Amino acid sequence: MPVLRIPTPLRPYTSGKSEVSVGGSNVAEALIDLTAQFPPIKPHLFNEGGELRPFVNLFLGENNIKDLQGVNTPIQDGDKLVLIPSIAGG
Amino acid sequence: MLPDLSRDEIFRYSRHLLIPEVGLEGQRKLKNSSALIIGTGGLGSPVSLYLAAAGIGRIGLVDYDVVDSSNLQRQVIHGSSTVGTLKVESAKAKLLDLNPGIQVDVYNEPYTSENALRIAKDYDIILDGTDNFPTRYLTNDVAVFLGKPNVYASIYRFDGQVSVFYAKDGPCYRCLFPEPPPPGLVPSCAEGGVLGVLPGTIGTLQATEALKLLLGIGEPLIGKLLLYNALDMTFDFVKLKKNPNCRVCGPNADIKELIDYEAFCGVPSHDHEDEGSAGAGKDITVQELSERMKTNHLKLLDVREPHELEISRLPEALNIPLGQLAARLSELDTADEMVIFCKSGNRSARGLELLASAGFRKVKNLKGGINAWAREIDQNLPLY
Repeated sequence: MPVLRIPTPLRPYTSGKSEVSVGGSNVAEALIDLTAQFPPIKPHLFNEGGELRPFVNLFLGENNIKDLQGVNTPIQDGDKLVLIPSIAGG
Repeated sequence: MLPDLSRDEIFRYSRHLLIPEVGLEGQRKLKNSSALIIGTGGLGSPVSLYLAAAGIGRIGLVDYDVVDSSNLQRQVIHGSSTVGTLKVESAKAKLLDLNPGIQVDVYNEPYTSENALRIAKDYDIILDGTDNFPTRYLTNDVAVFLGKPNVYASIYRFDGQVSVFYAKDGPCYRCLFPEPPPPGLVPSCAEGGVLGVLPGTIGTLQATEALKLLLGIGEPLIGKLLLYNALDMTFDFVKLKKNPNCRVCGPNADIKELIDYEAFCGVPSHDHEDEGSAGAGKDITVQELSERMKTNHLKLLDVREPHELEISRLPEALNIPLGQLAARLSELDTADEMVIFCKSGNRSARGLELLASAGFRKVKNLKGGINAWAREIDQNLPLY
């Protein structure tokens, strides 16, 4: 299964897990599976209309899914998805 | 014409001069260069120390804060002897002690849309070591408008990010983050904490990128974002592309001048949270609460995380961490008069909004949180 890497600010919503195995054949399905496994994370990734929030950056390997096919980007076993949070500390 | 090095300078920088990529000419470039560091805190400490040690000719420091002892767990440029003094003055003294041959210019003022272009225009590079979203967007836009590289770093708890945003050759901060997160969604370090050594790791990487840019050597982190996690000890890189729809650096950019960044982000341009308030009519002060508790029975709702209760607590307060509040409303009664509190009054203000939208009408937010209580009512309670 593809693996989704969870950044520290979002780990409170994934029971502290740093990586979650997600099912699905594309990014959208993987995110649906993630929110099914961990419902509290949903409002942090999606707006009320069910769209990915604009400040959420999701990378497949080293590429932003926005530069691929967005949430329709296909994924397969062994792929690594990385959520990149907006953090401001200094 | 690059400036010459004195005999003393040649000796001081001899370990640089021995590296062929730097050499005498590189060191003269550094002496001729200037760097503006926004923030003299966790990141600004290692950044300014190493840039000063490296012999950057002129360093600018922007900060309007005063050193307090809770800074010293990570802000190693300051010390116990400078608690209570201006951060820029505390930092300047340390930098000139480390290297008296450089010039340090200080700007003891908030970095704002009114002064930022004036301050930044005479520097070669800008280093973003600020602690809040409005100043990060401001720093980015200033760098784009002035055509200067913005050496970016950001930290939270165990995570760090580093990149070089240089719109001339690659993406800017807004290409990656077109919009800030909604207020309150991403905790600040003052709210969520930060491992003290993390800004050391990340700040030295930031200083490294600045030196490479000024020397014109190596591969700068333009178009790449470094993601560091201290717990897993992982360094991941991702590619960043210029966003064709970027509002400041894209071909159809519509933001042509600095804006109101606090309004854009919906949060103030600092991470102090001493006076967290839910707004007019929604707060109760610690003095009012103290008086009320002598006569009336009020329900107290503590929305901090369980590990914070080990630091300080109010007796008889029910603890429901903010993240669990929506799911645990059944434990509360809308008929009760309630005071909701957290560390400083910000998280509880968000909790109050949540309760209000669920029909709770008799809830007040404790202004300034349990820290205000510890400052003004019960001095036996620790501050954190």
